[in-house]
Amino acid sequence: MKKWRSIGNKVIPLSFSTLLIVFWQLIVERGVIARYILPSPWDVVLVCARILPEIKEHIYTTLQEAFTGLFVAIILSVMMAILMDNSPIIREVVQPLLVVSQTVPVMILAPLFAMWFGFGILPKIMVVILVCFFPIVVSLLEGLNSLDQDFLNLMKSMKANRWQIFYLAKFPSSLNNFFSGLKIAATYSIIGAVIGEWMGGKSGLGVYMTRVRQSFALDKVFATILIIIVLSIILFKIIELIQFLVMPWRRAVSK
Amino acid sequence: MPIVEDVSFYLHKNEFVTLLGPSGCGKSTILNMIAGIVPVEEGKVYIDGRDCTGEVGNVSYMYQKDLLLPWKKVIDNTILPLIIKGETVGEARKKAIPYLSLFGLEGFEYKYPFQLSGGMRQRAALLRTYMFSKDIVLLDEPFAGLDAITRYNMQSWLMQVADKVKATILFVTHDIEEAIYLSDRIYVLTERPARIKEEVKIQLSRPRERDIVTSTQFNRIKKHILLNLS
Repeated sequence: MKKWRSIGNKVIPLSFSTLLIVFWQLIVERGVIARYILPSPWDVVLVCARILPEIKEHIYTTLQEAFTGLFVAIILSVMMAILMDNSPIIREVVQPLLVVSQTVPVMILAPLFAMWFGFGILPKIMVVILVCFFPIVVSLLEGLNSLDQDFLNLMKSMKANRWQIFYLAKFPSSLNNFFSGLKIAATYSIIGAVIGEWMGGKSGLGVYMTRVRQSFALDKVFATILIIIVLSIILFKIIELIQFLVMPWRRAVSK
Repeated sequence: MPIVEDVSFYLHKNEFVTLLGPSGCGKSTILNMIAGIVPVEEGKVYIDGRDCTGEVGNVSYMYQKDLLLPWKKVIDNTILPLIIKGETVGEARKKAIPYLSLFGLEGFEYKYPFQLSGGMRQRAALLRTYMFSKDIVLLDEPFAGLDAITRYNMQSWLMQVADKVKATILFVTHDIEEAIYLSDRIYVLTERPARIKEEVKIQLSRPRERDIVTSTQFNRIKKHILLNLS
């Protein structure tokens, strides 16, 4: 009975998505919507396979920007979260700025970055850092605060110093939240790089996307979207895998 | 309104003393003051004649919650105080291993806390407290979160352990039977602000059998305290 339910849990969402795609395929095939306005899912897959050789280099560029940006964002946000956790003053000063930074539309910032930092890889990485920084800081900060006050007192009663309290208790207890933020950041990182590339550059999925959109090759636009989705999901799954490896106790809990 | 008012008591070496009082009367605050975790506005804490008011690290302290770290295996949870002192995991584990059987954790040392029963988790927390190896042990309602039968067994077990390890124990509870069964002396506290209502010496011989709780002498003490508390 239980097994059946867990299969059902996977079957129902999967068949719903399949149904949607089939529905989409049918409308286009029956000519309800013209092909040049909306390509069918099957067309998108075929185009995707066809353009793969020419798009490979663009994928490489985007991944490079996304990874670099994500990596820098992780380092910066971990440092910032630790600083904010340790100093109430820094926390008070930085928190509103952080929130404000998220309310500025990235679409407007990207061209500004291009103006300031040129058309190379740097402004793209800046956009990625900007979109990845916030979710990690917020979730890690919450994680660092989630430790039971009684446990803090217990450690104090054992004469633990601040550093010991941090690395023995606070940091490990924040890992769960940290990875939640990291998963969000990882999925944002690809799209962040793509937005950065819209403003110009030599290569990258965003650059490619702009080109094919201007030539009204909608099937290629959709193929690029598909690639972006797949890349983002892969990145998300990689983070999940790392979490699985780093937190063995969590594995056992979910059993 | 002060939480604790005019409370003065003492513990002899290797004595088991209980603070018995209604929930929320300030018992835990008294322990926190002794442990040096909360500031003491008035009064002093003396250990062996030395003024230890506001100092941490002089007593082993155990809370009502087991407070085991979910990401550490049982043995690594129990050696936490040794790690804080700067010992390596290897040498600390070696020190903890001889106590595993006494604390009923043998065979479970490399499990994670969530894989243990409530009673076992509490015993692991108690071993961690013991590994801090101070002569004075503060126990704040350690069995309050357990079911009645487990609590029953844990009380008997604690009695044996206390006899074996020779520690001075200050125990806090709101369970009258638990207090009488375990203690050499009981301080009955009032509602907030906590004051000492009465000191009760428990003249039941040791070692105490579990069925002592049904004896006439036991129940006479119980009745006396009950009447005094209401």
